[in-house]
Amino acid sequence: MDTQQNRREHMNIVIVGHVDHGKSTVIGRLLADTGALPQGKLEQIREMCRRNDKPFEYAFLLDALKDERSQGITIDTARCFFHTKKRQYIIIDAPGHIEFLKNMITGASRAAAALLVIDAHEGVQENSRRHGYMLAMLGIRQICVMVNKMDLVDYDRAVYEDIVSQYSEFLKEIGISPEGFIPVSAREGDNIAQKSERMPWYDGPTVLDMLDEFHTPGSLENLPLRMPVQDVYKFTHGDSRRIIAGTVETGSLRAGDEVVFYPSGKRTHVNRIEPMRSDEAEGVAAAGYAAGFTMTEQIYVRRGELCARAGEMPPKVASRVRVSLFWLGRSPMVPGKTYYLKTGSAKVECRLEKILSVMDASSLHRVQKQEVDRHEVAECVLSASKLVAFDDTGDLAATNRFVIVDDYEISGGGIFAEALSETEEGSASGQRAWQTGDVSPAERAAMLRQRPRVLLLSGSNAERVREAAAALERRLLEAGRPAYYLGVSAAATLEEREATLNELPARVLTLLAAGVLVIASAPALTAEEEDALRMHISSDRLETLWLGEGCPLDCPVLPAENASEALWARLEEG
Amino acid sequence: MDHLDQLEARSIHIIREAYSQFKSLCMLWSIGKDSTVLLCLARKAFYGHVPFPLVHIDTHYKIPEMIEYRDMLARKWHLDMVYGENAEALRDKATFPDGNATRIECCKALKTEALAHTLAGTWPRYRMNHETFFFNDTATTEIYTGVIVGVRADEEGSRSKERYFSPRDRNNDWDIGDQPPEFWGQYKTDFRPGTHIRVHPLLDWTELDVWEYIRRENVPVVSLYFDHGQGKRYRSLGCWPCTKPVDSTAKNLDEIIEELKTGKFANIAERSGREQDKEDGGGLEELRKGGYM
Repeated sequence: MDTQQNRREHMNIVIVGHVDHGKSTVIGRLLADTGALPQGKLEQIREMCRRNDKPFEYAFLLDALKDERSQGITIDTARCFFHTKKRQYIIIDAPGHIEFLKNMITGASRAAAALLVIDAHEGVQENSRRHGYMLAMLGIRQICVMVNKMDLVDYDRAVYEDIVSQYSEFLKEIGISPEGFIPVSAREGDNIAQKSERMPWYDGPTVLDMLDEFHTPGSLENLPLRMPVQDVYKFTHGDSRRIIAGTVETGSLRAGDEVVFYPSGKRTHVNRIEPMRSDEAEGVAAAGYAAGFTMTEQIYVRRGELCARAGEMPPKVASRVRVSLFWLGRSPMVPGKTYYLKTGSAKVECRLEKILSVMDASSLHRVQKQEVDRHEVAECVLSASKLVAFDDTGDLAATNRFVIVDDYEISGGGIFAEALSETEEGSASGQRAWQTGDVSPAERAAMLRQRPRVLLLSGSNAERVREAAAALERRLLEAGRPAYYLGVSAAATLEEREATLNELPARVLTLLAAGVLVIASAPALTAEEEDALRMHISSDRLETLWLGEGCPLDCPVLPAENASEALWARLEEG
Repeated sequence: MDHLDQLEARSIHIIREAYSQFKSLCMLWSIGKDSTVLLCLARKAFYGHVPFPLVHIDTHYKIPEMIEYRDMLARKWHLDMVYGENAEALRDKATFPDGNATRIECCKALKTEALAHTLAGTWPRYRMNHETFFFNDTATTEIYTGVIVGVRADEEGSRSKERYFSPRDRNNDWDIGDQPPEFWGQYKTDFRPGTHIRVHPLLDWTELDVWEYIRRENVPVVSLYFDHGQGKRYRSLGCWPCTKPVDSTAKNLDEIIEELKTGKFANIAERSGREQDKEDGGGLEELRKGGYM
């Protein structure tokens, strides 16, 4: 990989804190002291202050929006750029007002580290604690706590140390140990870029020093592979590739690897990691990369499956899960209502089955409640309408997380804690207790002198299709070859057709296991119906053929006249 | 994975997410360097294909070389190229160059209104015929519910507040105070009928990132970005009456990148050559609420 030696390392940091504790001033000061302000910008703001007869403040730099100026609070996540000798920083300004917790989460979720600002004069506030808790929930472990506005308390060491002891205790309760506390005055520039002479009692690092000590996230390549299937591409214009596309969250993948898709459990091998540029022979599929691969054995998978590597730790698959979640929605999360759960590329309907406990994130006080209100954190049981694949460990953070959609909006987020068993019997994972003989599929094929498979016939003329299928069945049997014709009647109602097609794979699979050559048919088969069948019958055992005109499928077409002859010839060729 | 690899991967993920989630999707192509990088990212995301139309709003005041370049790439890469325009304002000469509108009013008519109507399908769309290479009026009135746009957070104040997936309501309004949360790679892809979503894959890129990526990936850009011996080049492309070249002798990508890193532009805003930004304190913000790019 081409690395650029002359470019610095990058890091996203989020700045959070209670409203009016001085975040914007801290950012303005960071930008000014690192020489990161565009010339035009500073002049523009100075000019605006002069026109409005207001004293210049660093905070105005960030208040680029009219809305924001009029309300006097930072309402959204703004991004600013500055750099030190060590790296380039993107500082994400997250709003302090509780109404905007969702914006704070948006900003913080993109960061590798956090600056948390507490006003020395006002002390630890509700949001100081809530933000600390949310940072922990979002998985941000590197936190620098800035005790700001030290100028307002005459740089008094006792005030600083009181806040340090109070807030450390809170962080300890939620399992976080901050990198450190720093007494600062952003307005006066104390301990931001330069060490303050007004606080000789503090001998720790400045804010910039501490930022440079933070670590960039380590590589996730050595973890088990997790690639949510984002899409399956099949383009026209002379490109016959069928590409499984997605972003690799953890691990890596190479040509030849065996992969398993969850929750379906389907397997195939990687033919090639497809190159994104025509001048490359092979692409990259490692943690962090948007990737895509073609398969050796064509199987039917679709968006929503989670691709893992055979032999590595598999993800959990369940439809009932215990989770911790935070709620952001305007209306509370209530049992019985239908929501959507999104994790990776999967999106399934889910219901809140049971609330185990609800907690106020600022007081850490737990209560029993019947609903989860906005800005609350809860432990609960969710039940989904379908199986979901996920991880229950924070090491695989990306697949350990989910969001909840309520009424078109992302209204909550959370972490999977545990896969629970199904409550109902005969659920999707229910086992059966069949037993069979000891003839292997290969032996059976040799004895019967044929490879069992399915010829799936369709066409717009239902009678022609049935005739061809029946004629072929007779001819095969006359030649001593086990064959069976099973089709969906042209007279079926929509409901009957759907039910018959649903049952077809189970019947066909038994016949295939018996070594039979199956001729299946359904008039006017749609691509969707074909896809559904391919979900159950692997592509190397299923061939679709269209008889006559008007083929809507991506399959070979035979003339409707004398179709059974052509089919026979095709079988003879193998 | 270096910085550009990371930016590229996230942008491709977002473009693929948009393609998977929006039935009626298009990408705005302003012909500038940012949206051309976006186009190249789409070609990588879909392995050489671009499976949605590229929409250009033609003000008919674009520098001619931009239109030549647009049509050249559309032919070369077999793009589904569509343009829209405000035919009425052009016919009535209700424009700034005609002396009948302020710069901001002109932007509003030729860009914002033309864009809104083109996306909504209420004004004609002209699509490139790849046999004749002419543009034909298309009869489609399909509303684009997903629109991929190449804005960057570092461009100017209001853009730094954008989400990757940003909803706009029926009137194209952008409610900056109440945007949906966006975290853990999950985006707002569910939307009420009548609303649509702006998708911003380049939000995290800086001007320098864009140029370094152009160099790394050999992205073709309009030569207006380079000095051809007059000591002037364009840093940002727009309509000729309102976009001025800057003083610069950067003749190639290396020189542009060097200039951005160390030279005189390190501290000057990119859009400083855009006259409409200066007309009114929060004017651009107002335009953006209305859908301006």
